[in-house]
Amino acid sequence: MGESKLDLLQGTLDLMVLQTLAAMGALHGYGIARRIEQASGDKVLLNQGTIYASLVRLQQRGWIRAEWGTSDNNRKAKFYSITRGGRKQLAKDAAYWQRLSDVMVRVLAMSAEESM
Amino acid sequence: MDSIRRMLRRVLSFFRKSQLDADLEAEIASHIEQATEDNIERGLTPLEARRQALVHFGGIDLAKDKQREARGLMKLDILLQDLRYTTRTLRRDRAFTLVAVLILALGIGANIAVFSVVNTLLLRPLPFPHPEQLVRIHQKDPKGGESSMTYSTDAMLAFQQQNWSFQQVTGYFAFSTPDNVKLTGNGQPQPATGMSVAGDFFSTLGVTPIFGRNFTPEESVKNGRPVVLLSYPFWKRQYGANPAIVGQTIGLDGTQVTVVGVLPETFDFGSIFAPGARVDLFSPAILSTMEDWGNTMALVGRLKPGVTLGQAQAEADSIFPRLLFNNKHPEWGGKYDARLFGLKEYVSGKLRPSLIVLWCAVGMILLIVCVNLSNLLLARAAARAKEFAMRTALGASRGRIVRQLLIESLMLSLSGAVVGLCMAWAIVSWLAHQASIALPLLSSLRIDGAALAWTLLIAVVASLLFGLAPGIKLATGDLQPVLKDSGSGTGEGRNHRRTRSVLVISEIALACVLLVGAGLLLRSFLHVLDVDLGFEPSHSAAISVSYEDGGDPVKRGVILQQVLQRVDQIPGIETAGISDELPMSTNRSWGIAPKGYDYKKQGLLPDTFVYVVTPGYLHAIGMRLVAGRDFTWDDTNKDLGAVIVNETIARHIWPGQDAVGKIAEINGGQLAQVIGVVDDVHETSAETQAGWQMYLSQTAPQFGPVGANLVVRTKLPPAALASAVMDVLREINPAQPANEFKPIQLLVDHASSPRRFFVMLVASFAGLGLLLAALGIYGVISYSVTQRTREIGIRMALGATMTQVRRDVLSKTFRLTLIGAIAGTAASLFLAKVIAALLFETAPTDPLTFAATILLLGAVALLAGYLPARRASRINPTVALRNN
Repeated sequence: MGESKLDLLQGTLDLMVLQTLAAMGALHGYGIARRIEQASGDKVLLNQGTIYASLVRLQQRGWIRAEWGTSDNNRKAKFYSITRGGRKQLAKDAAYWQRLSDVMVRVLAMSAEESM
Repeated sequence: MDSIRRMLRRVLSFFRKSQLDADLEAEIASHIEQATEDNIERGLTPLEARRQALVHFGGIDLAKDKQREARGLMKLDILLQDLRYTTRTLRRDRAFTLVAVLILALGIGANIAVFSVVNTLLLRPLPFPHPEQLVRIHQKDPKGGESSMTYSTDAMLAFQQQNWSFQQVTGYFAFSTPDNVKLTGNGQPQPATGMSVAGDFFSTLGVTPIFGRNFTPEESVKNGRPVVLLSYPFWKRQYGANPAIVGQTIGLDGTQVTVVGVLPETFDFGSIFAPGARVDLFSPAILSTMEDWGNTMALVGRLKPGVTLGQAQAEADSIFPRLLFNNKHPEWGGKYDARLFGLKEYVSGKLRPSLIVLWCAVGMILLIVCVNLSNLLLARAAARAKEFAMRTALGASRGRIVRQLLIESLMLSLSGAVVGLCMAWAIVSWLAHQASIALPLLSSLRIDGAALAWTLLIAVVASLLFGLAPGIKLATGDLQPVLKDSGSGTGEGRNHRRTRSVLVISEIALACVLLVGAGLLLRSFLHVLDVDLGFEPSHSAAISVSYEDGGDPVKRGVILQQVLQRVDQIPGIETAGISDELPMSTNRSWGIAPKGYDYKKQGLLPDTFVYVVTPGYLHAIGMRLVAGRDFTWDDTNKDLGAVIVNETIARHIWPGQDAVGKIAEINGGQLAQVIGVVDDVHETSAETQAGWQMYLSQTAPQFGPVGANLVVRTKLPPAALASAVMDVLREINPAQPANEFKPIQLLVDHASSPRRFFVMLVASFAGLGLLLAALGIYGVISYSVTQRTREIGIRMALGATMTQVRRDVLSKTFRLTLIGAIAGTAASLFLAKVIAALLFETAPTDPLTFAATILLLGAVALLAGYLPARRASRINPTVALRNN
């Protein structure tokens, strides 16, 4: 391992979960955790257990819903899917992150120019 | 919106905890299994696959906790956990819990009861609309009893017209006596108490009848229709709470009177204007017939909004001196003045110092209780030190342990408050029905919202007071040594012991202050009981007699003589007599002066209490004739009456001379010869100085009595004679109502009842304080003996005798008590000055009280210390050493 793995910023996990569900459809907790790890190229340090706090939070806000079902290998699992409200929230949060990261990129670039 | 929904769900999940937990459990299990399978597919062994899955998951319990935290109400969860744990520990330690709750219940219960009394008498406004506008008006110097506190009807009407400060000025007839009317027309006549009030009395107070209506102006004039309003209790008692009585007529002293309404339950005339008195019926005073009755009306007014008491007083000071006593006799002048009191101040102002003392006393009880509990908890914390150390070692934070201790104290004190509330409720309900205690507003005593809030407040404050010390002790102490140490000898450090000693000393000091206060009040009360009243209340009893003389004074004399002759013959009755008014009940005053006295030149003489009596009365009530003779049935001279004066009058009017044989002027006109001098009688209470008193003959036509009270002297209990006396009275007058035959001692007790009430309360608080202090001493000494069992064992093995060990323990007790008593005495010396105004013929530094207190405290403390000392001296060295 060259670089150490990234710690997740507060609140980013919720956004990742929403995006994963929007992109992949219904998934169980393990599936969501794996997708996020894969999508990040295994760069995110994810204690998979923490995903369940995020899931219950999103569920209580009405952005995702859950129901028990059977997984590919015939296992009982709880499947989560995004709701309409969740998609709206995702659009809002994604736009916000985009803007924030643009700003961060510019700010960091400026400080680099000045130091030269 | 969003956050509300989330909150709602959080609360919901709090209540579906077990289901959601099971759900999560299944979900996590499924997660681990899938991860394990994936790992196996990647070629790991099943064991390794599962291990890696678990590592990757990152702590199942942590994940659960995080999820629960996000899901529900974590704080509440923990709180419930703590509560459950506390209930469990308290239930396990049943003896401790019982003692603690009981002690707290006593302290808190006493506080609630006293608060209810204080609240009712001092804090709560009177039960009238805008009570702050109500004012009681009476003359500045009430030395002559009711007569010099009241006004003539002419003066009242004139003041009504001339003032601008008041919306309304009204009044009531101040000379009503108990059982002054009889209900007729329904078998045996029943006694009842009537009160006549000005027609606008109730509208001024703002009292509206619950059924029917107030008096109309037409009912307050001469020859108007006779009407009455019923008091609520009388309506319930006499008419079974039947609203249909309104509009009907009832027989009252033989006349048919219409009931126009029933007054509300909240209106208790006696509790405000005449503590301890009961009024059954109210009738409108016909003012135009009362002009010549002299001072009869007690005035009450309602200020206009915005007018202050000071403004009204200033105006009254300018109006009252101009008012006439009687409009038909302007030459008599008026000599009036007025002092205005807010009605509330008038009702309970005099009681304020006593109530505040009571409140402080009960506050001290609570402090002692807290100190005691603190001590108990400290002992318990020492015993539980190991448990806490273990829990800390297992990861409980100190904050959590301290919080748990506080929850424990809060639960204890709330349980104590609940039990205390029950106790207070019992006390308060009992007190509210003590009509024999002459305290105002007592009948409206109850535990209300304010009392409940007070309960909660003191319960919480108390729990903080007694729970904090052990909590802090524990939180700051080093737990390491506790865990390491295996013996019980070092469980309590030196520091710890000192804290407990200080607590016990302060407990003793507080108890000492309470005992001194109670002692001083008790001695005052004994002094009051010891006062020579000038008459002999024991072995005498009185009953109100009704007779039909048709207004003929000669006939009156004949009837009363007949009554006395017959009563005298009843076996067991030593002697009997009749007076219109009895000492320490109602009174009125006239004037007496030496013949030819010119008050314009020589100044006014005090108002004089007047009693119109038959021969034999002085002897029957036990008064002492110091010179001259008693009345005879022949003292009927219309032009030169006979008068017996008290020593105060004789001393003032005829100083250094023999008063007997002197001629006096009664009420500025009628002449009377002094035929005797009697010892002064305390006419209102044992605590007030005797005023001027004179006695006139019932048979003299010029002096009208206001009633007739038959007084008998007997060695038998009054109840045994009641029916024989009643038979005689009924034979002479079939309309004699069934009045109660009351011991004269009741009147004296009634007059001293407020003092008795306070003394009893303060004394019981002091007793409680002493008991708690004794418990505290016992607890500390007993505990230290237990802690030092091994040490004592070694000393005994080395040759110490039982006496030496016992003396040792007792000397520790003695030291604590001595320091506490010294501190307490010093504080008492200072505090006793504060209650000096409540004392009667007792110095605030009364040496006897202080000495007795210290002796009592010492004796109780040594007794409390003796029990553990005896136990210590019986320690068997072999056993003590082996067990450790």
